Amino acid sequence: MDITKKRRRIALGCEGSANKLGVGVILHEGDLSDPSSCTSTVLSNVRHTFVSPPGTGFLPKDTAHHHRSWFVRVAQQALTDAGLSPHEIDCICYTRGPGMGAPLTSVAIAARTLALLWNKPLVGVNHCVGHIEMGRAITGASHPVVLYVSGGNTQVIAYAEQRYRIFGETLDIAVGNCLDRFARALEISNDPAPGYNIEQLAKKGGRVLLDLPYAVKGMDCSFSGILTRVEELAAQMKAGQGKGPDGEPYTAADLCFSLQETVFAMLVEITERAMAHVGSSQVLIVGGVGCNERLQEMMGAMAADRGGSVYATDERFCIDNGIMIAHAGLLAYETGFETPIEESTCTQRFRTDEVLVKWRK
Amino acid sequence: MTAPSANQDFPPPKILTHPSTSPPTLITQGAEGRLYKTTHLLPTLPCALKYRPPKPYRHPALDARLTRARISAEAKVLERCWREGVPVPAVYAMDAARGWLAMEWIEGVPVRVGINNFLGEGEETQTKGEGELVDLMKRIGEAVGKLHRTGVVHGDLTTSNMMLRPRSGTQVNGESEATGRDDRVKVLEGEVVLIDFGLATQSMSDEDRAVDLYVLERAFASTHPRAERLFGAILDEYKTTFKKAPSVLAKLEDVRMRGRKRSMLG
Ligand SMILES: Nc1ncnc2c1ncn2[C@@H]1O[C@H](COP(=O)(O)OP(=O)(O)O)[C@@H](O)[C@H]1O
Ligand SMILES: [Mg+2]
Repeated sequence: MDITKKRRRIALGCEGSANKLGVGVILHEGDLSDPSSCTSTVLSNVRHTFVSPPGTGFLPKDTAHHHRSWFVRVAQQALTDAGLSPHEIDCICYTRGPGMGAPLTSVAIAARTLALLWNKPLVGVNHCVGHIEMGRAITGASHPVVLYVSGGNTQVIAYAEQRYRIFGETLDIAVGNCLDRFARALEISNDPAPGYNIEQLAKKGGRVLLDLPYAVKGMDCSFSGILTRVEELAAQMKAGQGKGPDGEPYTAADLCFSLQETVFAMLVEITERAMAHVGSSQVLIVGGVGCNERLQEMMGAMAADRGGSVYATDERFCIDNGIMIAHAGLLAYETGFETPIEESTCTQRFRTDEVLVKWRK
Repeated sequence: MTAPSANQDFPPPKILTHPSTSPPTLITQGAEGRLYKTTHLLPTLPCALKYRPPKPYRHPALDARLTRARISAEAKVLERCWREGVPVPAVYAMDAARGWLAMEWIEGVPVRVGINNFLGEGEETQTKGEGELVDLMKRIGEAVGKLHRTGVVHGDLTTSNMMLRPRSGTQVNGESEATGRDDRVKVLEGEVVLIDFGLATQSMSDEDRAVDLYVLERAFASTHPRAERLFGAILDEYKTTFKKAPSVLAKLEDVRMRGRKRSMLG
C-alpha cells in the first residue's frame, strides 16, 4: 500500500556509527497531507554500548565486533518491547554516515539482511539529521538553532531552504573527542561515558579556574589547543607540581571544572552568535555531549538573556540511538525516499547539509 | 532618559546614564554586545556605543578576562585599520574594564540585509541584477583584501559584520530608468564598511587569513545559499587588492579539505 495513504506508519531504525549500538521502533500517525494531524510515538528504544577500559578509546575493529555480536539480541528486544511482528513494519532505516567505517558497515549489513529477510524497503539516514529530527520531535522546538555536540562532531546548524545549514563548527577535533581524550589522560572511567564522569568530578572542583586557551573564530571554534594545555596540566598534577593561580595545588576535579567551563562557554558563545545572525531565540542541543547538565544550564542562561529558551533531551535521545534513525528515516520515506539495496552503502563522510530535507517547508 | 523599555530590559552601561549624554537608543542585541546609538562630544555627532554586559552563563573570571581583552583588541585593531585606510568606523572612546567602546556611527544597513532585500523572497533571482550582486561581491573582496594587507584578520567575517554605507550624494533619481535599474538594485549600492572586530587579531599568517576567508565563504553558503555561487567574485577582487593573496588562496584549499575531512565521525 502507498505509504502516503497510510494513517499508521512504522519504521525500525539501526544505529552503530560509533560505540553505541541502537535499534528503535517509531510510529507515525495521522494524515500526511495535514502535518498538524501527525504525531510520533516511540514504541521501543534499545541500546547496548561498547565500553573500553579506562585510559583507552574504542577502536573501530573492536567496536564493529561488538555491534555484530549484539545486533540480533538488541533488534529482537526492540521488536519485543514494541510488541510488533516484522510484517507490521513499513521500512528499515540505518545510519549511512558519518561515523567510523567498520562499525557503520557492520550495522548496514545487518539492516540490509533484515530488509531482505522481511522484504522491506531500506532507508539510509544521515546520523546528524537523525539527531536533529529526534530532538525537534521530543522537545517540540519548531525552528531552533541547533547545537550538535558529540564525540565526532561539533556543529551549529540552522534550517533554511530545505537543508540543515552549518553555520559554525570545530576547526579541528570535536568537543566530545576533547573531553574523551582528556578523560583518558586522567584515566577516568569510560563507564557509562567519559563525559558523564567528567561532569560528576567537575561538581567537586571550582576552587580555581585554570587558564585555558579560549579559541573562538566567528561561529567556529577549536579544541586541540585546549586539549594540549589541559593534558600538560594533568601531567604536572600527576608529577606533584601543578599549582593554580592562587599558588595552591589543583586537583583532577579543578581540571574537569576548568575544562568544562571553558569549552562550554565557547559552545554557548558560537551558538549565541548564530542565533543573533539568523534571528532565532530557540536553541536545541543534540548529541551525546548535549546531556551534560552544566552545558544545558549555561545555554539556558544565554537563551533567557535573549528572551528565548533552550530545548534539550535526556540520555535516551541525546546519546546515539536507533529511534532517531527510525524517525528521520521514516520522515524521508514518507516523502518517497528509499535506498535501493544495491546503493545501500555507508560513508564515513556525510555532511549534514548534503541531505535534501524534503519533509520541511 | 528616554527609551524606557530598553532601559528596563537591558540596563545600559553607566556612561549612558550621564545627564550630558544624548538619549541612547538600543539598536540591536547583537551576538555578544548591545549596540546603542547616541552622540559623542557634540549633540550632532552620532556615535555607536558597543557595550558588552557581563554574561550570566560564563564563569566571572573568564567573563572579565574575555570582555576586557576583546574591547581593547577591538579598539586597537580599529585604530590600526583606520590609520591604514581600511574602511572601518573610527574609534571615539573606550573603557575596557567596564566593557564599552564608542565609535563612529555608520549609516546604512548590514550587507546581509542588503542582499536579502535584493534577493527577496522568491526563487526567481537567477539572472536579474546579477551584475550588481557581483559588483557588491567585488567591494567585499576589496575591503577584506585591504584588511589582510594591513596585517589584521577579522575573526568573524559574515554579512552581518559589514555595513553598506550609502555614498553621500547617491540619490534615487528618475534617470536610472535609462539603464534599467530599479530600487531593488539600489539596495546594493554603497561603500562596504567592516565592523565588529571583537574577535580580530593581528596576524600575517596565510593560515589565519585563509580561515578568515573560509568563515566568510561558509557564512555565505549558509546565509545566502542563492548567492553562494558568486562567492568567486569576492576572491577575485581579493586577489587584485592583496599582493600575497595567491598563497592565502592555496591555503584556503587546505582549510576546505580539512573541513570536508572533518565530517568523518558521527
Ligand atoms: N559603527 C556602527 N554604526 C552603525 N551600526 C553599527 C555599528 N556597529 C555595529 N552596528 C550595528 O549593530 C550590530 C551589532 O554590532 P556588532 O559590532 O556586530 O556586535 P556583535 O559583536 O554583537 O555582533 C551590527 O550588525 C550593525 O547592525
Ligand atoms: Mg556582529
